[in-house]
Amino acid sequence: MKGMTVIVKTISSWVKVLIFLFGIYIILFGHLTPGGGFAGGVILASCYVLLMLAFGREFVENNLPLPVASKLDCLGALLFAVVAVCGLLYGAAGFFWNFIHQKYLVGTDYEFNLVSAGTIPLSNIAIGLKVGASLFLVILVLSMFRPDMSGKKEE
Amino acid sequence: MAIFYILLLFIIIAAIIAVETRYLLSAVICVGAIGFGASLMFLFLRAPDIAITQIVVEVLGLIILIRACLSRELTFISGDREFFAVVVSVVIVFAIFLAGVKLLETLPDFGTAIFAEIPDAASQTYIEKGLQETGAANLVASVILDFRAYDTLGEATVLFTSIIGATVILRKKTKKLLEDPE
Repeated sequence: MKGMTVIVKTISSWVKVLIFLFGIYIILFGHLTPGGGFAGGVILASCYVLLMLAFGREFVENNLPLPVASKLDCLGALLFAVVAVCGLLYGAAGFFWNFIHQKYLVGTDYEFNLVSAGTIPLSNIAIGLKVGASLFLVILVLSMFRPDMSGKKEE
Repeated sequence: MAIFYILLLFIIIAAIIAVETRYLLSAVICVGAIGFGASLMFLFLRAPDIAITQIVVEVLGLIILIRACLSRELTFISGDREFFAVVVSVVIVFAIFLAGVKLLETLPDFGTAIFAEIPDAASQTYIEKGLQETGAANLVASVILDFRAYDTLGEATVLFTSIIGATVILRKKTKKLLEDPE
């Protein structure tokens, strides 16, 4: 599959930046506005799906190779686990303790800021990385696998 | 209130068409219509977080399903249903219906929140102390990433397992082994 027509290619090359930016916005502002890591990660993955449908699979594989996506996936999981274990180390109250929340409570200058919720934005970024890379990998693997339903006609 | 019944009727009609139609592409599009109806319902119930997630996942799944449908030669469902399968599914659906009737009797009226009736529910604590203790203006984020972060860890594990499963099942070597076993 070499991709679609020139119209689809041009439009998707304009729109892809906006979609990617919107996904990053949804992830970063997840603790202030509706959205969060999961929805933002799916938007990032769907941006790559758009590119894959418009330009073909090879273009996407050159853009974000499979080992890099796998490393991003593992990085997201690692960041989330590090946030969890840091709560255990610093808060002394248990797993997933919000260990940097004391500075940014309501009533201080940081109220409703972008860095206002302690570990929640960090966790959002980790979940976004993880979900985006995972769904991208699933779709890439699914599209790599082509069962010949037509039988032996192609051979 | 009437909008929910209209959406419910729309969803039920789409579900029946999705089951009954013989064309695979129409069935996939009807499944998408069910998802979008559910997402509109979440939006009218003032749950924008779930509405965003639902609509985004729905679009992604719909694209994958349509692409999988278009690249196959088998685009319609052939063959009749087996009698035994129909009997089993009718019995199971009836059992789920009875359980649902029992369950729905314990719920509060449609549209009223459950914490309005139970004063010491856990969600009451989240609403009262969520902003003070976590500092997140979005209460959903403070619940899923602070109070209930274990659940999110489990969800991340599910994604990890799914990608591992997809890679293991769909790798190239299995196909070769199936073609010429040594």
